[in-house]
Amino acid sequence: MYGKKVKLRFLFLVLLLATVILTVFLILQSLKENVIYFQSPSEINSLIEIESKKIRVGGMVKEKSVVINSNEVNFIITDFKNEINVTYSGAVPNLFAEGKGVVAEGFLKDKNYFSATKILAKHDENYMPPEVKEALGVK
Amino acid sequence: MFRYFEPNKIFAITSKAPKYVLFLFIVVLTIGLIEALILSPEDYKQSDSVRIMYVHVPAAWISLGIFSSLTLLSIGSFIFKNKNFALIAKSLAPSGFVFNIVALVTGSIWGKPTWGTWWAWDARITSMLVLALFYGMYLLAWRIYEDKEEVVKITSIIAIIGVVNVPVIKYSVDWWNTLHQPASINIITTNTAIHSSMLIPLGLMTAAFALFSLLIFLMKYNTELIKLKNKGLDRL
Repeated sequence: MYGKKVKLRFLFLVLLLATVILTVFLILQSLKENVIYFQSPSEINSLIEIESKKIRVGGMVKEKSVVINSNEVNFIITDFKNEINVTYSGAVPNLFAEGKGVVAEGFLKDKNYFSATKILAKHDENYMPPEVKEALGVK
Repeated sequence: MFRYFEPNKIFAITSKAPKYVLFLFIVVLTIGLIEALILSPEDYKQSDSVRIMYVHVPAAWISLGIFSSLTLLSIGSFIFKNKNFALIAKSLAPSGFVFNIVALVTGSIWGKPTWGTWWAWDARITSMLVLALFYGMYLLAWRIYEDKEEVVKITSIIAIIGVVNVPVIKYSVDWWNTLHQPASINIITTNTAIHSSMLIPLGLMTAAFALFSLLIFLMKYNTELIKLKNKGLDRL
């Protein structure tokens, strides 16, 4: 139905796409560690050795764990399996709150203790007016 | 059917369309902005900064949609040597690029008050930047290459290679830990985590941006058709 050239061009595109997809897939696979923006406390917990380079830890701010004294903030990041203590001096973003998502950038002192140089708030995909949130009965 | 098209017949329709599209765009944009900025409620957590969503999300959707269209049209023009597909793709690309930049800039403006940073090299944001680079290459290629056959081939291949990035953008928030939140709307089950009072402005603004893209597309496309007519060609 179609000419030979049309079929050859179709084949060319199929091969081109297959090559590009495979290449991108392999690159992303091998760079997995670098593609992720942060590690969870469980991933930190399973580390074999503690490196001194800057990393990011993310998860939920544990309820009733935030302690603010003078210019230092202490809190616990949890993924509900493992926890890590974070200490940070400076201002936290507006959306930083207990029970909400957070990403801390800084240095790991040991598996349970993290010294943050930057705090980012991670919000979720839920959007609703305050009245609806109240009606749902969650804090 | 795939090989030829008659610019004169198409031009008879597309030259009249812009004024109606412009009218519709202004109506939808006005209602959309009133909904987005005044009538819709503030968010329980983000308060008024949630209103950036009504520009950010539609812009990102449109830029992804246009890039996917570029790819489909490019496949058509590459395999079947259909010149019309190439012209449609060429005329669509600028608005896709503009909305891609809008999505990046509004994302940055939204990121500062919510996350606490203007920019993060996370998978979603970086892959959106890669899309902008592909748009840039695509548009530049149209300007650089003079030869008709050559320019269609090169731009098509850029659009076809670039489409690999589209699913990466879509699923980046599910495949890897990102600072960017996951999708609020599931396109398969159509479940949504956005309250209905906020979905109205989101839908209206998406329609407004789509109409704007259509308007710019028609203007560009008409210019291309006029160029063809001036060369005295009835068909390609």
